[in-house]
Amino acid sequence: MMQFTCPHCGPRDQAEFIYERTVDAVVSLDAAPEEAMKSLFTRTNPRGVDDEIWRHTYGCRAWMVITRNRVTNEISATRAVGPEALP
Amino acid sequence: MSQYSAFGLLRGALNGQKHWQPAWRDPEPKSHYDIIIIGGGGHGLATAYYLAKVHGLKNIAVLEKGWIGGGNTGRNTTIVRSNYRLKPLHDLFEFGLKMWEHLSDELNYNVMFSPRGAMFLGHSDADMTKLAERGDAMRCDGIDADLMTRDEVQKLEPLLDMSRDARFPIEGGLIQRRGGTARHDAVAWGYARGADSLGVDIVQKCEVTGFVRDGDAVVGVETTRGRINAGRVGICVAGHSGHVAGLAGLKLPVESQTLQAMVTEGVKPMINSVIMSQSLHCYISQSDKGGIVFGGDPDNWPSYAQRGNPMVMERAVAQGLALVPALSRLRMVRTWSGVTDMSFDGAPIIGETPVKNLFLNGGWCYGGFKATPASGWTYAHTLATGKPHALNAPFALDRFERGATIDETGSGPMPNSR
Repeated sequence: MMQFTCPHCGPRDQAEFIYERTVDAVVSLDAAPEEAMKSLFTRTNPRGVDDEIWRHTYGCRAWMVITRNRVTNEISATRAVGPEALP
Repeated sequence: MSQYSAFGLLRGALNGQKHWQPAWRDPEPKSHYDIIIIGGGGHGLATAYYLAKVHGLKNIAVLEKGWIGGGNTGRNTTIVRSNYRLKPLHDLFEFGLKMWEHLSDELNYNVMFSPRGAMFLGHSDADMTKLAERGDAMRCDGIDADLMTRDEVQKLEPLLDMSRDARFPIEGGLIQRRGGTARHDAVAWGYARGADSLGVDIVQKCEVTGFVRDGDAVVGVETTRGRINAGRVGICVAGHSGHVAGLAGLKLPVESQTLQAMVTEGVKPMINSVIMSQSLHCYISQSDKGGIVFGGDPDNWPSYAQRGNPMVMERAVAQGLALVPALSRLRMVRTWSGVTDMSFDGAPIIGETPVKNLFLNGGWCYGGFKATPASGWTYAHTLATGKPHALNAPFALDRFERGATIDETGSGPMPNSR
């Protein structure tokens, strides 16, 4: 199991978090249909590092962006996000 | 290629079995192929086999970065079935199931297909209604399906916890008797041997690192063993679809996730069919060697790590033990995981890409193994003719922008919600 450092609660087990989507998959409110389609239905899905939105569902329930390597599970950054990042 | 037979085995017994030859060659890659298939798993090898056998093409290569069948072909729970709900899935998987029934003969290689029955459990009235609807849909498309009462389920699988206070009470089931299991490695090896004997070059330890472009068309691939030119290139790399397509600048409607499976020590026969619960997401069957093979949900976050997470493993095991309490006495001997390319509607993608001469077969989520023959057959048609086969036409890559998704679970555009 991975351990994430919640910006509000400190280090917690991954079991408390739920993965939502990648940052580039958030559809902006004024997106044109084509843009919205791309955000909804395509992913960079890199075999490497990506910015992911996770939620501390079984903790403070806040959203955060976690920059994680998908091969090694190494986490290089975690940052809190405001309501503008909500899907 | 010499035919395998009981007679050959007997003759071999007289000379100490010294007649065995490697089942496929280990060729150096040529500088040009008419068709290159990236990925030497079951699907890629099957595609090469049918390209050579059905379409008569001679100059074909399968490029594999590791060893053949070392990816998801060797990491699944070996279940073969066609008990889906939607027509495009019925057509594709039933076509495949009919091929499984003759695959050992076709390949002259024992894939140990064992149609022992694939049974979905129903845990509530709502489950039973859903199963009845699925069974009706299957029968309408000519696929066998039988709704089972509680008693019938108990008779088939006496070790299920049928008590009324069970954690997951069992109300009945839906069985596809023609479904079952097969020997996963043998499928890769059988197709590899067949393809090789028809002249296909299977090049292992050859990773594709980029595509060679001429304008908007792909004309070859860069590999760890040099540049290889190609008329057409077919991607067939399961969990790594997003990565390889990314080398050609494509963003796919897939997200790679880890799917785990595990097996216990071998015991005498105790599980007769393939027990599945879609409400729980748990798969239990017994291998011919005696081990109880388990599978569960994917880890619901993106990952290319070919290793599992104890959190998800625990959930699968908890479900299995609740269904079949006797399993608690067994020791787990092996766990493993594969990288699955979860598509956004849960259905595969087979067909053209926006890049000329580049084709894609992927997005099989956690259900690719059973489709191996059908996937190879239809993808071979597409690679040979440049056009979709009737069976893979509904699975085109552009179905998402057309709004023509094949969303069996109705869960919408989020691979982590299925």
